[in-house]
Amino acid sequence: MTKMRVREALRAAMIEEMDRDPSVFLLGEEVGHYQGAYKVTEGMLAKFGATRVIDTPIAESGFAGLAIGAAMVGLRPIVEFMTWNFSSVAFDQIVNSAAKIRQMSGGQLHVPIVFRAPNGSARQVGSQHSHAMEHFYAHVPGLKCVAPATPADAYGMLKTAIRDDDPVLFFESETLYSLSGEVPDDPAFTVPFGQARVAREGADVSLISYSRVVHTCLEAADALAKQGIDAEVIDLRSLRPLDEAALVATVSRTHRAVVVHEGWPYGGVGAEIVDRVQRLAFDQLDAPVERVCFLDVPMPYNAALERLVIPQVDRVLEAVKTVTYAR
Amino acid sequence: MLRVPIPEGPDAGLFRVLRDDGSADPANDPFLSPEQLGAMHRQMRRLRVLEARMVVLQRQGRVGFYGSCTGQEATPIAVGLALSPDDWVFPALRESAIMLVRGFALTSYIAQVFGNSRDLLKGRQMPSHMSGRSVNQVSWSSCIGPQIPQAVGCAMAMQRAGKREIAVGFSGDGATSQPDFHNAMTFAARFAAPCLIICQNNHWSISVPTAKQTASATIAVKGRAYGVPSVRVDGNDVLAVYVAVRDAAARARDGGGPSFIECVTYRMGAHSTSDDPTRYRSNEEVESWARKDPLDRLERYLRRAGLLDDAALAALDDELKAEVERAIDEVEPAPPPSREQLFEDVYASPTWPLLEQRAALSQVPKAESPH
Ligand SMILES: Cc1ncc(C[n+]2csc(CCOP(=O)(O)OP(=O)(O)O)c2C)c(N)n1
Ligand SMILES: [Mg+2]
Repeated sequence: MTKMRVREALRAAMIEEMDRDPSVFLLGEEVGHYQGAYKVTEGMLAKFGATRVIDTPIAESGFAGLAIGAAMVGLRPIVEFMTWNFSSVAFDQIVNSAAKIRQMSGGQLHVPIVFRAPNGSARQVGSQHSHAMEHFYAHVPGLKCVAPATPADAYGMLKTAIRDDDPVLFFESETLYSLSGEVPDDPAFTVPFGQARVAREGADVSLISYSRVVHTCLEAADALAKQGIDAEVIDLRSLRPLDEAALVATVSRTHRAVVVHEGWPYGGVGAEIVDRVQRLAFDQLDAPVERVCFLDVPMPYNAALERLVIPQVDRVLEAVKTVTYAR
Repeated sequence: MLRVPIPEGPDAGLFRVLRDDGSADPANDPFLSPEQLGAMHRQMRRLRVLEARMVVLQRQGRVGFYGSCTGQEATPIAVGLALSPDDWVFPALRESAIMLVRGFALTSYIAQVFGNSRDLLKGRQMPSHMSGRSVNQVSWSSCIGPQIPQAVGCAMAMQRAGKREIAVGFSGDGATSQPDFHNAMTFAARFAAPCLIICQNNHWSISVPTAKQTASATIAVKGRAYGVPSVRVDGNDVLAVYVAVRDAAARARDGGGPSFIECVTYRMGAHSTSDDPTRYRSNEEVESWARKDPLDRLERYLRRAGLLDDAALAALDDELKAEVERAIDEVEPAPPPSREQLFEDVYASPTWPLLEQRAALSQVPKAESPH
């Protein structure tokens, strides 16, 4: 095991895969000379040169399209967006091409590509920079969507993503890049998609989450422990495919669930989880499932207001009171 | 009336008025009155003072973010002075201050930087995303590019209503790589929209130099293929920008269609307060542009014309610093916007889920959540 930060874990995964497979290359804005807008790609230009670490003009639809074209003929591009927000101008390339080329070509062509970027709230960056874009993309058949919360998963899942023969959308978090944790030294270590992780075992209530807010749930679980409530925290890691068995298993243990994620409450990944829980584990439930998400408004800039919109520990605790009938 | 020549070659020339020795080229000089020149100078100077102060406030942790236009003051000030009051402005990151030239209160502008209850935008927008309906200026979009075709659409609406107003849309050099820039050009020319598209080519797009952004010899030439008359102007020459904008605006107003103006300038500061430019560009380059500073250029001319001396400049700076400081002191202490305001302006009138959320939030004791 080696202790590293999420950004180092992501970098290690990319470097190892690029060493292993010459068809893997990286492109995006500021990935080379600038060493990455968030320093994830530090040193990679020097190591691999400008044909494999490509600084692009500011045109997301352009370089997403280039990468999809290159992927169709056998390369394995990693596309870094400065943030997932800016993928909105490349939405057509991702949704209409990357997701559908295998299906539309009758299986003759496919797009082994990774799109990766920080996602969700950062800190006071306003409505246009704070989107939780996974909800838009997880809707689309043909795309795989993953959102790790720890350095080990960032490392293991990015390797899986790069090796995957389908388009993988990899959701990172600006506020997690500096989080450190143990990462296995074995270069063969990968984390498969579609398997959730029990981040903390508990018997009384399940907090189901992914990405940055897993850590909010862990904090909430500590606070609940002081009140004598034993919370289990589930880190989904993979949003599509979704680990339905893990959802059934946790609710079968605790009989109460709170789903916590960034992004709005209307539709999206949280609604999908609630659907699975009520459909597959209805008899296990002792209370309706609660959800803690962004308030249903565009993100404000002002710090005090922003704090109210983003899921916080206090809102998780309130939701737990509701599902345990403690109010 | 002066006409900015529109050359044919791939290099679109460089239109200038102010010469390096501080004289003005009489063939291009707009011959502004001493009062007009004084107002222009005051505005530019105030913008320089304001931007420096805002960057310091960010470093002190008093505001969250700032994208300054230092070194690029000539374009926003010249545009603000050359337009008519009812024209519409669709800025990019470096042109927010046009609204100050057109009468928007400095206190309201600074309140937007703090995003508190004095802010007309109710704490919703990041700093450097100001807008003001009173001065017909909209906010730029954080996602690069959308304002450029929007300006064209606004101009088409003016045209359709038979008005004489025009719209001005801004872009950076980097933004000319985005489809929205090209969409704007296609539609502006096709519909002869009464608009100006202005690109401030400040040589950098965060860490990407213009030469790595595009293989095009100039930015101006990008407009020509679309059929938009395009010129290249010295963007550190406030009189040149003023003349180019005034001429193009007059042509648009008279039914002559759109123009594209590339203003060649330099971003003296960081891309924004989140950036450290020493990592990607040389001191020599920055210093070579410091010698072409747009304020120095104008001040050399004003001194030569006997309209400015050291004492007047020092007094002006003191006055402007005090004005900015007073405005900060007045708005900074304001509390955050009320939490109920979160639910306003999502729709024309709040839907029941919004009202429900507002009611739920009002149950939460204020002590638990700041404000
Ligand atoms: C669609 C999109 N991609 C990337 C960014 C990140 N970004 C913000 S400003 C900027 C550079 C803009 O350069 P330019 O157009 O030259 O304007 P300047 O900042 O130099 O005035 C970039 C890449 C963004 N805001 N939106
Ligand atoms: Mg630029």
